[in-house]
Amino acid sequence: MSCQTLPTEQTAETSSANVTPGPLRIVAFLCNWCSYAGADKAGSNQLPVPSELSVIRVMCSGRIEPPLILEAFQKGADGVMVLACHPGDCHYKEGNIRAFCRAELLQNLVPQLGIDPKRFRFDYVSAAEAEKFSRITNEFVDKMRSIRL
Amino acid sequence: MTTQKPKLAMYWAASCGGCEVSLANIHEAILEVDAHFDFMFCPCLLDTKKKDIEALPDGDIFLTLFNGALRTEENLEMATLLRRKSRLFVAFGSCAATGGIPALANHHGIADVLETAFCSVPSIDNPERLIPGTTCQVPDGELELPAFLTRVLALHEAVPVDYTMPGCPPESEQIIAVVRHVASGAPLPPSGAQIGCTDRAVCDECPREKRTTLASRLIRPFEALPEPGWCLVEQGFLCVGSSTRGGCVALCPTANMPCTGCYGSLDQSADPGATALATLVAAVDPGSAVGVDETALLAGLKDALSGVADPLGTFYRYSLSETVVADRAKEVE
Repeated sequence: MSCQTLPTEQTAETSSANVTPGPLRIVAFLCNWCSYAGADKAGSNQLPVPSELSVIRVMCSGRIEPPLILEAFQKGADGVMVLACHPGDCHYKEGNIRAFCRAELLQNLVPQLGIDPKRFRFDYVSAAEAEKFSRITNEFVDKMRSIRL
Repeated sequence: MTTQKPKLAMYWAASCGGCEVSLANIHEAILEVDAHFDFMFCPCLLDTKKKDIEALPDGDIFLTLFNGALRTEENLEMATLLRRKSRLFVAFGSCAATGGIPALANHHGIADVLETAFCSVPSIDNPERLIPGTTCQVPDGELELPAFLTRVLALHEAVPVDYTMPGCPPESEQIIAVVRHVASGAPLPPSGAQIGCTDRAVCDECPREKRTTLASRLIRPFEALPEPGWCLVEQGFLCVGSSTRGGCVALCPTANMPCTGCYGSLDQSADPGATALATLVAAVDPGSAVGVDETALLAGLKDALSGVADPLGTFYRYSLSETVVADRAKEVE
């Protein structure tokens, strides 16, 4: 009996195929008390912050529910950052620890859903760490740009 | 023999047959089904053929219970046909409702699925690596097989569905309750409703005691014996009952088996797996971060969460076709 070779899978249209890619879209969820203050300070210190960053200020990183992160990807975000207070600094005691726990599992889940794990980043930025904010956002945007090209 | 009774049909697409078993499990109440309905199509139990369905006028079947996800073009064709011929079209069981176990194949590409099923599983002996194709030449002519769809779909993604009846399988008590309700002529729930289940979590029906403690770490079922009568989540077991719709009378947790989420997500508006993830992680004790070394604290938490060895299999066991990123082109395997 003759049998066929594997059917070729329908290739999904990728954005790179002869289409000029639009600007990168990076969603950054910043906690009000530390990371947003750090971002603010980066601004007042005139440190470079990538223009591709869409900042969403939330009261606590513990408020970022995992469905919001997946929805950001679904709606076309190239990358999603969640920036929190350092452990022990949370305005609500443990919100950032809960955010860490979710991020830890999401970090494993995201590649299982077919998304490059580099597209999701959880990190800590305190109110004083303007330099760190500038550095990691630029790093992240550069990485997203390199993944896309 | 023609009959004036409303017609009842049941069909299986990509499914295991458990839904039919659950229907058979209503035992003598099947006589009640027969008293109220002309049970006229069910490939598992009856000999009616597809051509008999095609011969019916549109909307002639009163109630169709469609189980199974849509894996092949044949599944899709039957779903479209039965939708057209039915007045009430019910997505019956987890696979039809949210993709179920077959939708876990969406985690891999089609080539990978075929390679596993026909070449690499230990029980297969296929040295020539023959894999079924859509057409095949034999001495008598050409044979055809229906092609795979690009990904496994839940029923509502392909055709309009009137009601969804979740469960893997839907409980027999719920099936007979639904059949009695429809037969009684009582007003039907609004279109799009979930039937044969409750709007509360499995925990609401679970007899295990909640002691309002947090789990020190998440554990897999083989790692410990659950303490009888105490909430499985609080003991650290990966029980997703708190984010899962009830209606099963908490059968699994009652029998010491953590809920795997077959009745579907309570929150229909959000990604099912991500919701379950958030709910379960909230059961883990975050500890106190004050005065503790950051590295040690995070390492401890990582270890506490290491019980979730397979987040996708844990949180999307029955709902992978429903993830909000289902249509996103895969970048990594």
